[in-house]
Amino acid sequence: MPANLSARLCSLLLSLLLIAFALPAFAGPFEDAVAKFANDDFSDTEEAVGVIASSGNKLAFPIISALQDGRLMADPDSKKVYVTGTDGKSIDAATGEAVASVPDSASAVRLNNRLRRSVDAALGSLTLQSPDVGTRLQAAQSVFKSHEETALEAVDAALAKESNRSVKTALGEARAGILLFKSDATEVEKLEAVATLKARGDQEAMALLTGMGDQPASVTKAAASAISSIQSSLAVWSTVQNAWYGLSLGSVLLLAAIGLAITFGVMGVINMAHGEMVMLGAYTTFVVQEVIRTRYPGLFDYSLLIAVPLAFLVAGAIGVLIERSIIRFLYGRPLETLLATWGLSLVLQQAVRTMFGPTNREVGNPSWMSGAFELGQITITYNRLWILCFTLAVFAILLAMLRYTALGLEMRAVTQNRRMAASMGIATSRVDALTFGLGSGIAGIAGVALSQIDNVSPNLGQSYIIDSFMVVVFGGVGNLWGTLVGAFTLGIANKFLEPVAGAVLGKIAILVLIILFIQKRPRGLFALKGRAVEA
Amino acid sequence: MTPHMLTRSLDRGATIFLLVVAALGVLIPLSNLLLPVGSFLQVPTYLVALWGKYVCYAILALAIDLIWGYCGILSLGHGAFFALGGYAMGMYLMRQIGTRGVYGNPILPDFMVFLNWQKLPWYWYGFDMFWFAALMVLVVPGLLAFCFGWLAFRSRVTGVYLSIITQAMTYALLLAFFRNDFGFGGNNGLTDFKDILGFNVQAEGTRAALFALSCLALIIGFLICRAIVSSKLGKVLIAVRDAESRTRFLGYRVESYKLFVFTVSACMAGVAGALYVPQVGIINPSEFAPGNSIEAVIWVAVGGRGTLVGAALGAVVVNYAKTFFTSGVLAPYWLFMLGALFILVTLLLPKGIVGTFNAWWASSREKSTAASVASAAAEDGVTEPKMAE
Repeated sequence: MPANLSARLCSLLLSLLLIAFALPAFAGPFEDAVAKFANDDFSDTEEAVGVIASSGNKLAFPIISALQDGRLMADPDSKKVYVTGTDGKSIDAATGEAVASVPDSASAVRLNNRLRRSVDAALGSLTLQSPDVGTRLQAAQSVFKSHEETALEAVDAALAKESNRSVKTALGEARAGILLFKSDATEVEKLEAVATLKARGDQEAMALLTGMGDQPASVTKAAASAISSIQSSLAVWSTVQNAWYGLSLGSVLLLAAIGLAITFGVMGVINMAHGEMVMLGAYTTFVVQEVIRTRYPGLFDYSLLIAVPLAFLVAGAIGVLIERSIIRFLYGRPLETLLATWGLSLVLQQAVRTMFGPTNREVGNPSWMSGAFELGQITITYNRLWILCFTLAVFAILLAMLRYTALGLEMRAVTQNRRMAASMGIATSRVDALTFGLGSGIAGIAGVALSQIDNVSPNLGQSYIIDSFMVVVFGGVGNLWGTLVGAFTLGIANKFLEPVAGAVLGKIAILVLIILFIQKRPRGLFALKGRAVEA
Repeated sequence: MTPHMLTRSLDRGATIFLLVVAALGVLIPLSNLLLPVGSFLQVPTYLVALWGKYVCYAILALAIDLIWGYCGILSLGHGAFFALGGYAMGMYLMRQIGTRGVYGNPILPDFMVFLNWQKLPWYWYGFDMFWFAALMVLVVPGLLAFCFGWLAFRSRVTGVYLSIITQAMTYALLLAFFRNDFGFGGNNGLTDFKDILGFNVQAEGTRAALFALSCLALIIGFLICRAIVSSKLGKVLIAVRDAESRTRFLGYRVESYKLFVFTVSACMAGVAGALYVPQVGIINPSEFAPGNSIEAVIWVAVGGRGTLVGAALGAVVVNYAKTFFTSGVLAPYWLFMLGALFILVTLLLPKGIVGTFNAWWASSREKSTAASVASAAAEDGVTEPKMAE
């Protein structure tokens, strides 16, 4: 990599240069300040931090960040100070030259809470003018959080140069935070600060406003109105947040239940091993990623794209195998099918446990699935968003398949009236096998998606099975739209109950509600209408 | 229940079963208590407790067979009734600890002191009295089953739907009992019992007595089940199992029959749980796990659905196998075996051990009677008339 190489060359040149200068024991204010760390005195350390932060020296950032992490080692005997890097290599803090090892007499420079704040502020101002936008933004936010008066100058300087809009806003907010707490700021400045914080409108802004202490009456009044407006907007955002969490949970439920809805709908078969198909999909993802890691590391970002068809094939093939070897002998005996597939789920779980071990396996997020973005006051993670999109895509494809393909037509016919379909020349046993394979394959795909947000362990499937059944029972059998509505209703209801009743009680309430709901509509929301007395 | 009804309900298999259970219930405790420790015929105390556990499982299996084998209701939540009965007994045992707990509080069980509770929750009142706890062992599971069944059967939730919502019921209870603020000891459940009716639960004599009582409960439960299934009520139940709509059209109130038998079965499961807890020494929320309930169903399937004797036998056989395999080098393979058992029994042995044996016995008897009739007919010089094709 050329960038890496040039950076190395630069650092080599730099250290050569520094060695050349260091030889005549040249000591300036920077070096003096560094030596102060070795005094093990909090006020000396604070002074040193101030001098180093304003020195403009290239070593300032590594020294102060090392101080923050407890990686700055000072030797009280020789008054020498070392920075130990996160990679274990150390440099002399005053000169920047590499040292083979830090002497045993050196110990980490200690911090107290007051110092920690000034270290944070110093680091903040050091990075406020970094060339990287992300670093600048982070720095501005950390200044906002610490609202140290000492950072005001640095913020003002950065604000004058800043061209990026979001960083500019963050800097403005940081400035407002500082001014609000600055005792000698004018009333006009403080009122402006309150307005800026009101515009920011999040929990942290509210915390600053509520904790600002004694202020002129006009400022207190403005702050009170700002707080109440922030509170009401936060309430709206928390509803939006709950709705988003609900959609996200709903998409996971839908993904897990959709395959079940197909097998249950078409064949009336309760497949207790459905969760294990999800698990197999997740383990397929794991294997794909392992192969990519060892053989083709460059392909890592495509690992999920490769895993999706593979998981479909693996789970689908096992599904067909199960149908041919076990389930077809049990048609017309749904309760026995339930028991046999439960047994199967035990076998599959134990097989995976034997092969991959009982512990969680690590499945990584590709770069396009990690991270998050802010939408107003809520944070949306990319993996949840992708899973929602993916679920809807799978749902649409499946719907189209049922509607427009020959197999889909046959499947619908068999669902509605098996004997009539058979009389019309549909090979129902072939349809059964393919349906079961399709349902299992979709469960496998669900496993790929769930591997991104859940632990990949042999018990992965079990945690979804009861929820998936609830979705299918609630939504009604033989209708995919019912499953969609059921999944999102349950997901959203769950997330809105959670803050009120707590996670566990919310879940219990949902289960009880479903049991009561079945009273009213024993065949679910969207039941198929038929003439059969006994379904 | 008239004596006539009792004798009519017992066939040869049932009589043998009752005699065996009664003999075990008398001989095992006697051998444990009277013979010197270490002698060949002496049953060690740990085995008494282990077999006591099996007998409790057998009662649970009997309860499941009553509804599944004779009424076609597959409950995947019977473990919940079992556990509720167990908790009722556990609460009594907790109250008996008194000041001997770690914190020495005369009223509050240790976990409540630990959670800084000031007074006993209202639902713990009365559990210091044995008769009340014993009543609750029947009432709590029975009431839950009655309410649940009333809702479910009235709206004609049948088949796999019913199985799934019973599973959801036990799952909801599992989640609830895991909570500390629910007041039943949370994750750890109830344990560290000292006395039952003034006797030390750890003592050999108490264990032997509990074993004998479990056998007695099994016998009584079996007699009740036999009485139900061989009465006219039982015939209706079988009709419901085989053709529910037709039975309804004939004018029977199907839901009432189902509700009755479901409630009876839940009470039996509660009794099983209540006897189980003092012998095992602990009750915790994991008893509510859906897996446990399904496992109990497979005991019935292995032994033979709709045979009663088979259910009890299946519970003992499967649990014996579980103890045997999970304690040895084969432990990692036990789940394979259990899973295979589920699959193979449903595929190859749908009638279970006892059902298959009965079918074989009946057909071989038929053959021998047919043979003797034929030989008698040959002597008389009469040939059997040919059946119309």
